[in-house]
Amino acid sequence: MSLAKAKLGVDQNVKSRDVTLKGFWQKAKVREAISGYLFMAPTILVLGTFLIAPIIYAIFLSFHKVEILGGLSYRFVEFKNFLRTFEDERVWIALKNTIEYVIIVVPCQTILALVLALVLNKEIKGKKWFRIIFFLPTVTSSAVLTLIFIWIYNSNGLLNGLLDFFGLPTYNWLGDPSVALKSIMIMNIWSTAPFFMVIYLAALQDIPRSVYEAAKLDGANEFDQFINITVPLLKPVTFFVMVMGVIGTFQLFDQSYIFSGGTGGPNNSTLTVVLLIYQYAFRSLDMGYAAALALMLAGVILVTTLIQRGFFREEKAN
Amino acid sequence: MNNFRWIRGIFYGVLILYAIITFLPFAWALSASFKPLEEIIAGGLNFIPHDFTFDNYRNIFIESPLFGRWFLNSVLVGVCVTGLNIIFNSMAGYALARVKFPGNSLLLGIILAVLMIPGQVTLIPGYLILKSLGWLNTYQGLIIPSAVNATFIFMMRQFFINFPKELEEAAALDGLSRWETFWQVVLPLAKPALAAQAIFIFMGSWNNFLMPLMITSDPGMFTLPLGLNTFKGQYISYWNYIMAASMVFTIPALGIYAFFNRYFISGVTFTGSKG
Repeated sequence: MSLAKAKLGVDQNVKSRDVTLKGFWQKAKVREAISGYLFMAPTILVLGTFLIAPIIYAIFLSFHKVEILGGLSYRFVEFKNFLRTFEDERVWIALKNTIEYVIIVVPCQTILALVLALVLNKEIKGKKWFRIIFFLPTVTSSAVLTLIFIWIYNSNGLLNGLLDFFGLPTYNWLGDPSVALKSIMIMNIWSTAPFFMVIYLAALQDIPRSVYEAAKLDGANEFDQFINITVPLLKPVTFFVMVMGVIGTFQLFDQSYIFSGGTGGPNNSTLTVVLLIYQYAFRSLDMGYAAALALMLAGVILVTTLIQRGFFREEKAN
Repeated sequence: MNNFRWIRGIFYGVLILYAIITFLPFAWALSASFKPLEEIIAGGLNFIPHDFTFDNYRNIFIESPLFGRWFLNSVLVGVCVTGLNIIFNSMAGYALARVKFPGNSLLLGIILAVLMIPGQVTLIPGYLILKSLGWLNTYQGLIIPSAVNATFIFMMRQFFINFPKELEEAAALDGLSRWETFWQVVLPLAKPALAAQAIFIFMGSWNNFLMPLMITSDPGMFTLPLGLNTFKGQYISYWNYIMAASMVFTIPALGIYAFFNRYFISGVTFTGSKG
């Protein structure tokens, strides 16, 4: 439509100067719009096909019983997939494991990250080297880290060897159902804290020194400064770190998959929601039910994020 | 003053202790990759192998003929995904920041909304779509769905919004089109942002486990993380091979990290500052 107008503008340019100018303007506008779509074309195509369409498709799947063997076929089952989750014992186990994991890992990794950042923010020699070493786990693949840890956690592995050396009790880190999830927790706190440490470090460096100097003049000691200046000023970053942490931990998969060889064992103790979704989709080929579970997980994550946001807003208002 | 020195001592203590905790697993894995199996099985807490050997590295390529293939698959997928992302995300970010076209803000809204959706939602339908396209067990199946990234499109938009307008206006006066301005003027100046993005995308692709696990079932199409995982099943007690393979897998990523360390940190900061 506007393209035709623009062409019209070009055709009419002999008639009057006024029209020519208008035509020129429109032509430029159209050209601008075309280049805009050109720039966006790959994104629209890829996101459309592999993100937007799948989201809509996921909603569709969650209301159907899906047969994928011998050609794709669907049977509408209303809310049965969603209702089934409430009676599914393994869903509750997976949810309990995942929530326990989130509740322990997120605060631990956030506090550890903050402590490391605070220390690194001081005048310290060899700062750069510490930072490089701390960051190693972040750049290493979860598959490699998990394999290394499985080996370290072995009943006669390095960890038990060290514990024994110092006269501490040893555990069956991999085989004992009451310990296995904690083994994954320790590993993940260890491997993700440094990433958040870097975020904290950047935020700490943004706090102007003059704020602390003013506080010092008022007679505030280091601890007062930390509680009254650092913590409040870091609140937005802490919110970001917590939200990222919650989203990341709710999606735990690689580690429990590799730990348990895909089963979630021993005795379902490392079964997470995403691992359960994977099992239903690709082991039992129950795609409709798995899609419903995935949507419910998305809902849980969204609600948690909103609650966190509300919590942080309220704190801010006080 | 004495008190001050005491506190300083604690700081160094904390840092050194945590550095050891971080480094120990890597050192232990590295040392195991040079030990013969008997020495590993015998236990012992020695980090320096009694019987130093390169055989593990040689043998993973012989015992597992596909190992080289997995490595190449990972390199190919990582390089393609990174290249496409740099170009496409920057194009989209630039258009969203600077080009006026109908639907601009709608598209931005969609991209921001999509950031909230966890990946698991699209996992199953994505699999079915790839299946119907016949893209399971193919390179395009491993590459194309990851060719753009909503997070980095948004990051590039933020970058281009703060980009000085004068340069583009000068380019326009010189008669350059939007397209030419983007490639000749804007993109070369965006190098630091592109570098940070490239490292994250490459690492993400190199380390990705779930996507290739879903897309590939043919061992010849596996990427390294999947291949490594089959090692665990295949040679459950051959930890010498597993650790050697892990090191082969980790060293390229560490090399890139050591080389681009500066961009890496600035990239994390950039990701963080949007919150």
